[in-house]
Amino acid sequence: MTINLKVWRQKNNADKGRLETYVVKDVSPDMSFLEMFDVLNERLITEGKEPIAFDHDCREGICGMCSMFINGRPHGPKQGITTCQLHMRSFNDGDTVVVEPWRAAAFPVIKDLVVNRSAFDRVISAGGFVSVNTGNAKDANNILIPKPDADDAFNAAACIGCGACVAACKNSSAMLFVSAKVSQFALLPQGQVERAERVEKMVAQMDEEGFGNCTNTGACEAECPKSISLENIARMNREYLSAKLLANKK
Amino acid sequence: MSKESFLESTIGRKMVMALTGLFLISFLVVHVSINACIFLNDGGKTFNVASHFMSHNPVIRVLEIGLFIGFILHIYMSVKLTMKNNKARPVKYQVVDGKANSKWYSRSMGILGSLLLLFLVVHLGNFWVPTKQAIFNGQQHNTFDSMKNIFSLDNWYFIAIYLLGVISLSYHLLHGFQSAFQSLGLNHRKYSPLIHQVGIWFSIIVPLLFALMPISMAFGIIR
Amino acid sequence: MSTSPKLKSKIPDGTLENKWTKYRSTVPLVNPANKRSIEIIVVGSGLAGSSAAATLAELGYKVKVFCFQDSPRRAHSIAAQGGINAAKNYQNDGDSVYRLFYDTIKGGDYRAREANVHRLAEVSGNIIDQCVAQGVPFAREYGGTLSNRSFGGTQVQRTFYAAGQTGQQLLLGAYTALQRQVGMGAVSMYARHEMLDVVVIDGKARGIIARDLTTGKLERHFGHAVLLCTGGYGNVFFLSTNAMGSNVTAAWKAHRKGAFFANPCFTQIHTTCIPVSGDHQSKLTLMSESLRNDGRIWVPKKQNDTRPATQIPEEERDYYLERRYPAFGNLVPRDVASRAAKERCDAGYGVGTSKMAVYLDYASAIERYGKIEANKQGIHHPSQDEIIKLGKSVVKEKYGNLFDMYKQITGEDPYEVPMRIYPAVHYTMGGLWVDYNLMTTIPGLYALGEANFSDHGANRLGASALMQGLADGYFVIPYTIGEFLSGEIRTKAIPTDHPAFDDAEKSADERVQKLLSIKGTKSVDYFHKRLGKIMWDECGMARNENGLKKAIAEIQQLRAEFWKDVRVPGSSNELNPELEKAGRVADFLELGELMCVDALGRNESCGGHFREEHQTEDGEALRHDDQYAFVAAWEYQADSKWELHKEDLAYENIKIAQRNYK
Repeated sequence: MTINLKVWRQKNNADKGRLETYVVKDVSPDMSFLEMFDVLNERLITEGKEPIAFDHDCREGICGMCSMFINGRPHGPKQGITTCQLHMRSFNDGDTVVVEPWRAAAFPVIKDLVVNRSAFDRVISAGGFVSVNTGNAKDANNILIPKPDADDAFNAAACIGCGACVAACKNSSAMLFVSAKVSQFALLPQGQVERAERVEKMVAQMDEEGFGNCTNTGACEAECPKSISLENIARMNREYLSAKLLANKK
Repeated sequence: MSKESFLESTIGRKMVMALTGLFLISFLVVHVSINACIFLNDGGKTFNVASHFMSHNPVIRVLEIGLFIGFILHIYMSVKLTMKNNKARPVKYQVVDGKANSKWYSRSMGILGSLLLLFLVVHLGNFWVPTKQAIFNGQQHNTFDSMKNIFSLDNWYFIAIYLLGVISLSYHLLHGFQSAFQSLGLNHRKYSPLIHQVGIWFSIIVPLLFALMPISMAFGIIR
Repeated sequence: MSTSPKLKSKIPDGTLENKWTKYRSTVPLVNPANKRSIEIIVVGSGLAGSSAAATLAELGYKVKVFCFQDSPRRAHSIAAQGGINAAKNYQNDGDSVYRLFYDTIKGGDYRAREANVHRLAEVSGNIIDQCVAQGVPFAREYGGTLSNRSFGGTQVQRTFYAAGQTGQQLLLGAYTALQRQVGMGAVSMYARHEMLDVVVIDGKARGIIARDLTTGKLERHFGHAVLLCTGGYGNVFFLSTNAMGSNVTAAWKAHRKGAFFANPCFTQIHTTCIPVSGDHQSKLTLMSESLRNDGRIWVPKKQNDTRPATQIPEEERDYYLERRYPAFGNLVPRDVASRAAKERCDAGYGVGTSKMAVYLDYASAIERYGKIEANKQGIHHPSQDEIIKLGKSVVKEKYGNLFDMYKQITGEDPYEVPMRIYPAVHYTMGGLWVDYNLMTTIPGLYALGEANFSDHGANRLGASALMQGLADGYFVIPYTIGEFLSGEIRTKAIPTDHPAFDDAEKSADERVQKLLSIKGTKSVDYFHKRLGKIMWDECGMARNENGLKKAIAEIQQLRAEFWKDVRVPGSSNELNPELEKAGRVADFLELGELMCVDALGRNESCGGHFREEHQTEDGEALRHDDQYAFVAAWEYQADSKWELHKEDLAYENIKIAQRNYK
């Protein structure tokens, strides 16, 4: 089939950027979306043009690196998958497909479809961990965790940090990403010691990075490739409230 | 990794939105209950007693100040939040398929709220200002009669504004009701579905009752 | 045979059980004040890199971490699905450190070092403790204890897991530990940076040249020691289950600077991958080997049977693994299962459009689980439909994400029709030669995790890669690095204007400019695909002398062609993914040759290395322990010229035997 691609091209962060049109022919329905880009890039190279820069690595939906905003939606038209897991059988012959980078002040564009998501790393550095040095652990089965809690924690921890939540949110809010980490530890006994400290610091860092506010539209949950639940955001709000207002400390 | 004050934080601000929102929702309950007295169709007798109580009781007078503060806080915070939201995405998308992942009214709370504010200016001008003037001047005031005067077919534009106002209110509530609980972290796998249901019914019934008031008066159903 | 004098394995004295404990307690230490002035460079942020960097920073060293991805959390360890082994014996099924050690040596077809593997088994339990303490959400039983599953090549349940995302959860655990140190300023993180050379001063590794991939700028970084945690080189095959960016560049540069490369031909072909669908294919997707726990592998008994799987009656199916290996059945080690699949497909029994696939069938597992579940729920006479429904829900709980992945890629529903699978390159047991301290033949240069060769011999058991990566990073290097660094406490940081840095940066820059200046006619991928085909055909699941000789000649020719005709667009001072790829493929073009040289030299079949000339009458791998019980460590001398050094493998505790999974 033939796909009419309109792709955001931007030389670097200082460049204004624009959509450019490419017609890709002989697209196989078994191809992944990124493989279509491989084919296009191969052609651009032989034509002496500059190939399109895009982030990708594992190509099996777990590293969180791929990040295309396709026809107005992060990771394209299917739910519960990343861009690399999107296959061309989800499109029709002759379709026009618009591809843009994630757009947020906190995710500046580096080139074409590549953005800088290091803000997420800094949010984790602010408190998204359990402070336990190597060698301090007791026998693993000394910590008993009810299965439902372990399952909830796992579901929150399944976040791949791709940033689709920010990209989907009309306010570029990172609440789903941050709340997933906060929730994982809030649900587990290991996370209790630093519970209040963690949420306060992570939220402060999130705000400092310039993400927007949560309007509870639910777009993040709907577009999350790992279907991270909005419950996590509610839990983080609760955690934050109790850390800020109810904690008995100076 | 400094910490920030509660009211500077995104979550703190959203909680202010939620609390003031819920407070305004509670006001709506009182407002709609009292106004619904007109449906007794007793020539406004019960309604006027109730509205007289509301406009003269000192406790209510104090609460009224609280109500204004609630409105102002709700609006102030929404402006603050919106400003930050706009800054959070300086370059907009060329194509956005919002309907694929969220409801239009959840993405339009600012516009719906602004429409409500405009409506409120008209509404206060119609009822609150004349009542206050009358009380200030020590005159008698019959709110029921004012309603009848304003909601006549000759004043069709008022009726239109009121209907637009309640439609905005309905959609604003449809998202705002459950959103407030989410913002406050009041989420529970057993009770959240109930909250959602209550929210939906509330956002339909209350605006519907309000809408019926000008309509039934204009068409003379209530005399 | 005798070990080359250049290979000092430094295996401590003492009985096997006491070597590590004793060594750990006697290895020289660096006092806390001195640690503060010692700088360590860690390249790669996967399980080995993140865990090492975090732990070394906790100890007080100054650490710099480099990764080519946009965040350390994206390293390819994240894609490991099935689980991590540990000799906890939580299931009370007779597991022990010794048994894990024994299974690993046996699984590796007696080509791994006893002392290293025993140490790995010893610390395996600590890894689980550490990860749980970090908040890694492992699967649990209703009583709150940790859950285990079984895995290929073992008869005990010792695999800890987090649904099908164990690698992700373990890596995020290590990543959060790393980010904690970044937040505290103990680690400086350099994401989107690629190491282009090791800087060697007075015979010791003293730093690296790295390219900032965003700006293209070459940077110089000093370190008292350099740790390469850069993973494996499976992408030499172009199609593999590795991430697109996984590469051998760091290890290869070290090799060219003097680090010996050990057993490069030992590559693991994973059994349960989704078959190739066309020429556009950019990578292969693995589905966890844990699928073999419950799935049954079969092909039709009739050749070229074109009926859909569900229409082939039970008696016309050949469950060839169960037939050939009744004791282990579908759970034989990867190499055995992979070769068996190839054998069936080559013989004309393959399925699917390409005929290069076998079935992995869950129908009987669904029925079995359905009955158990019905029993649990107290349903006495369940109908077949009820059983299937219950069974599907159990299977969904256990393997749901894998089934979804399969459906996503192939468009077929594995709950209804059997999956089609075929082996694919997955892991490389070979790597930089390291001693017991994990130090390469360049003093101060270490290799951890998949980047080294040490623990898996000729074949790695499932769920052991995660174990080794974290063992190296959390529990081995923090101790063993003291042996070298304790002698470096008087070494001041060497300024990066040292001539060795000048030279290294100059040669890295020249190479970059050379790649850009060729301006040929073919893309980088064109060469990579051709290299991959040569490697897969001649140095893949089965190898022979003629094929390997042919491959060596072809690779040399392809390499010459590459340097004449590759086209790399763009410039060196910007984000340029094609330039990155070109550098990596250039290195693969050299490594590929060495792999074939190694495979050619090893005249036996063992583990992942199967030489067609060396097999038993019924087609099983035939080892020649009298001649080849050694590690082949290659010293780079010039292009296409290596010198072989042998390290004898002495088995003092295990009686070396032909593997038998029958």
